[in-house]
This record gives sequence, C-alpha cells and structure tokens, in this order.
Amino acid sequence: MARIDLVDLAHSYSGDNAPPESFALKPVTMTWRQGGAYALLGPSGCGKTTLLNLISGIVTPSRGKILFDGKDITPLSTQKRNIAQVFQFPVIYDTMTVGENLAFPLKNRGVPKAEISARVKRIAELLDLAPYLNRKATRLTADAKQKISLGRGLVRSDVAAILFDEPLTVIDPELKWQLRSKLKALHRELDLTMIYVTHDQTEALTFADTVVVMHDGRVVQSGTPAELFDKPAHTFVGYFIGSPGMNIVPAHVDGREARIDGHTIGLHRNYGVLPAGAKIEIGVRPEFVDVAPPASGLLAATIERIDDLGRIRFARVRVGDSKFAARVPPGFSVPDNMAGLVFDPAHVHVYADSRLVEGVA
Amino acid sequence: MDKTVNQKAWFLVLPVFLVVAFSAVLPLMTVVNYSMQDTFGNNQFFWNGVGWFKELLDPTTDLGERFFASLWRNLIFSAIILAIEIPLGIVVALSMPREGWTVAVCLVILALPLLIPFNVVGTIWQIFGRPDIGLLGYTLNSLGIPYNYVSNELDAWATVIVMDVWHWTSLVALLCYAGLKSIPDAYYQAAQIDGASRWAVFRAIQLPKMNRVLLIAVLLRFMDSFMIYTEPFVVTGGGPGNSTTFISIELVKIALGQFDLGKAAALSLVYNLIILIVCWVFYTVMTNAGAERPQKEGAV
Repeated sequence: MARIDLVDLAHSYSGDNAPPESFALKPVTMTWRQGGAYALLGPSGCGKTTLLNLISGIVTPSRGKILFDGKDITPLSTQKRNIAQVFQFPVIYDTMTVGENLAFPLKNRGVPKAEISARVKRIAELLDLAPYLNRKATRLTADAKQKISLGRGLVRSDVAAILFDEPLTVIDPELKWQLRSKLKALHRELDLTMIYVTHDQTEALTFADTVVVMHDGRVVQSGTPAELFDKPAHTFVGYFIGSPGMNIVPAHVDGREARIDGHTIGLHRNYGVLPAGAKIEIGVRPEFVDVAPPASGLLAATIERIDDLGRIRFARVRVGDSKFAARVPPGFSVPDNMAGLVFDPAHVHVYADSRLVEGVA
Repeated sequence: MDKTVNQKAWFLVLPVFLVVAFSAVLPLMTVVNYSMQDTFGNNQFFWNGVGWFKELLDPTTDLGERFFASLWRNLIFSAIILAIEIPLGIVVALSMPREGWTVAVCLVILALPLLIPFNVVGTIWQIFGRPDIGLLGYTLNSLGIPYNYVSNELDAWATVIVMDVWHWTSLVALLCYAGLKSIPDAYYQAAQIDGASRWAVFRAIQLPKMNRVLLIAVLLRFMDSFMIYTEPFVVTGGGPGNSTTFISIELVKIALGQFDLGKAAALSLVYNLIILIVCWVFYTVMTNAGAERPQKEGAV
C-alpha cells in the first residue's frame, strides 16, 4: 500500500544532457493517492508510457525522484518495487498452464507451496479464471490472456500499485466493456492504486476518478472527468476531451467582454489584466453554444453541415475564418445556411498562450 | 457453387510436372531399378529381386557388416554433433548483443565459416592438424600431447567433430538469434516485474519462443551431419582403418570404387529411408512438445 510521489521527475532517451525541450517527459511533480484510480490520457508520443515505465522501474529517470510512501525508490530495480504492470499485448508464458502462469511471480519469490496455491485459487476466482487453471495459457482468447497478465500482478500480496499500458488494445469492443467494469470492481474490492494509460478518452473517463492529461511530455491537467470537461486548464485538454472538442478561437478580451469577428460576447467573469503580448483565445464547448435563427444581437455564422449523433445534433459552422461546432436545439430546423450563435457566458473560458486565465467574479 | 471446368489448367502444371519428373522421380526410379539388378559391366543387367536388400540388412555378409558399422558410426557422429552444436549455438545466440554496431560485426563473423566451400574447410583442417607443419598439430605435440589424426582413431574423430562444430555452430546460433530477436520487449519487462531469475527467463520465455527455429536447426544439422561426406573424406579419407568411414563414404566406395551399382542403389534407398524416418521422429516429438495435453473437461 503506497502513496506515490514524483519529485521533479524527467526523462530523455537521448542522454541526460539533451536539451530540455527534447525530453520525452518534462519535469513533473505530482502525487498519486493510495487507492486511487488514475488514467494517464494523451495522444501517442506524449510521454505517458515513459512516465509509466519510470514508475515501474523499467526505465531509469534522467532526473528527479520517485517516492513510495515517502521512501526514495528511484535506484531500486523493478523486482524490488511493489509494482505490477499489464502491457498492451498480453504477456503469457507459453509452456505453462494458466495456474502455473499465475503462480510464477510467487514461485520466483520463494513463497511456500501451500500459500501459492491458496493465492492462485483466490485470484483465479476473482478473475473468473478458475475453470481454466489446468489449461495451457496459449490457447485462450486475448481477453483471458490479459486477465492472466493482470492476475500475475494481483497474486502478489505485496503489490501496492498496478500499472496498465493500454491494456485493451487487442480486445474485441464488446469485451472491452466487460473487462473495464471488471477492473473497476477489482479496484473497489482490493484498495489498490491503479494507473491506466490510454489514448481513448472514453476509457479514461469511465475508468478513472482522476484523469491526468499529458501533452508533449508535460502533464497539462489532472482532475476529475467533470473538471476536465467543465474547466479545461489548457486548450489541448479542451480540444482533446469531448466529442466534438472545445471551440477555441482568437478573441480580444477586455474586462467582461470578448470580441470575435467584430461581435461582442458577454463573459461571466472579469478579465482585467491579461499577460501582455500573449495569444488570447476564448474556449467554449459545443454543448454551450446553441444555433438560433439569425438575429442582430447574435454572432452571425454560416452552417457548413450538421452531424447527427442520434441523441444530439451538432452544427459545423463558420464565423469569419474560424470554425465552430454548436449544438442544434431539439426541434430546431435551419431555414437556410445562415444562423446566429447563442453563448452560455458561464462556460466561456479565456486562455492566454493556451493556458486558462482565472477571471475575477 | 459450380466449379469452372477448364482443361487448360493442365498446361500450367505441366512445366512443374516435367521438372519434378526429370529431377526427382526418374533418377529415383533408376536407383530403384539398379537396386533390383546386378551388372558385370558392358551394360548387361541381371535380375536379382530383393537380393541386395537381404544382403544389406544381414550383418553376417560383407555388405551388411560394412553397412551396419558405418550406420552406427554415423548415428554416434550425428548424436555428438547435435549434443554439442545445439546447446553451444543457443549459448552463442544468448550472449550476442541485441543492438548497436556490434550486432553487424557478430553476424559477419558468425556467417564466415558458413560461406567456405566444404572441401576448403576439409583442406584447412587437414593442414591445420598436421603434426609436422599444422599450427594445431605442431602446437599440441610440442606441448607433449601426442596428436595424430592419421594414425589415432580418437584423434581422427576429435578432428572431424571439432571441424564440424567450427563449421556449423554458426548456423544454429544465427537461427536462434533470429528466434530471440522476435521476442517483444514486454516479455522481458513482465518477467522482470514477476521477479524471474535469468534461468527462469530462459526456461519460460526464450526457450519456448525458440522452439520453432530449434526444430529447423535440429533437422538441418541432423540431415547434414548424417549425410556428411566431403570434410572427413578430405581430412581422414575415412581412416585410420575404417574408423571415420561414414555411410556416404562407404556408398561412394561401393558405387564408384567397386562399381557395384546394385549394392550401392540398395544402400542409397535404405540410407534415404533412415533420414526420412529420423526427421519425422524429430519433427513429431518437437512439435508435440509444446502442444496442449489432451483435456478431460470440454472445450471453452
């Protein structure tokens, strides 16, 4: 059982003296709560797997420290850390049965036989693998193999955290749901810290109670799914999370007003002093912009197409040079291509150089 | 669904059929034909039925005695070769670097012995082992170790075996290396997390993943060592006495030395059959080793 602290942790694959911009993981300081369900979310190449491998000890950091419960474990090898990891592709030992696979980590650590078989039995029941204990692991389906990989982590009583590196990549879509709810159930039952790496926002948002969004080697925001949705700390978070992503357009912001394309939108907060010379943008989620018939008080837009997502419709519109996505209210039919946009001021955020600016109420 | 009937397809198969007929079927049938007859030259043949086969498989006859003696020699030779080259090849493959410029260097060095023509290999070792001028022979004798492959049976065997190990271990090593390279990193990382020792990694990951290439290596090395001719012929000429006369050397003596075409043909066929049977046994045993044991409970 452990709290994991990262202190100024950074890593470069091209040597410790590489220029700071080229680091695969830029310096990060953060805490992972004992028993938390975390998701590390970001596009390919954003450094999330690097961060995971640093925690498990597969990769040794160029800089910084990793603490488990306040104890520095940075120099310790993978075996000596109380960590289990499930990889993208299921790793199973071909020549062994399912039971032998599950017993392998305990056997390597010299656990007495009676204890091994008791642990293996319990974990197999937990993972619904009990009927297959005497079968060769090679012949099983991908999801069963992935469960075995997970089981080899769970079987150790000393494990404090389980790391998942895109574990559902090779699993059939309908089984993904099952396996993910299994993971949630296990998390509730076993009080383990789980860190789940993925580039799929649905996976991240449904699994985790804290989502850590990474972009270009940096942690850009860490928060609950609701926080990420309502108040993205970085334009990347706004754009990456949500479907369609947040509308981000350049604007002139002055006090409680923002001007886009000659039109003024009221803001909920007062943005008195903005950093000089910074690129100012406003961001608003499509869910908080409604399409309405054109009117003089509304921002004029040209509708390019309408995406019907079944439960909700989104209009893709154009305002000057910027593209917008906006909600089409139920029952609304567009007379022609011209429309006006209605903003919900409470959900319009201001960004300076891509970072959220907190206004004054 | 109806099948399209098109007799033209036969013309497309014809070239293959002709090539196989002339390269494999006809020569084999000629050998079968010879094995049933006796000749005294002048292209005169006399029917002998299965006479040669009876004589060959009866150890009390001269032909039978020579056949069984060389067969045993060959089986022992192949067993020693496999027992040395397979483990040694695995060890070499395991100790090779996995990335960097040293990989290319290792691969080139390993490939070198494989590129040398067989009789050149024989000549190299024939000279290398000579007690008067050869580096190996001269050195050993100067160190007080009597070594002479021309007069001592044990020395002759040692020379032929070491020569074969030198020549062919690379092949096993290269095959195993290819097998090792195909193992994804995640396996090693998972094993590290599972706390596996070096030996456990070998037993649980590397050996099972090399299973396929090892089968190929064993089959190739068995067939080649069981059919070995050129190298021992060049080095020892089958001697001293008959101590390194393997089946192929015996076969050439009978066919070309004595011109006993019938006996030689019968020996060829039996020789061929033995290789096929042993390869089949190796294949069956090694492919079943990794397969699932029969299950009592039903399938999933």
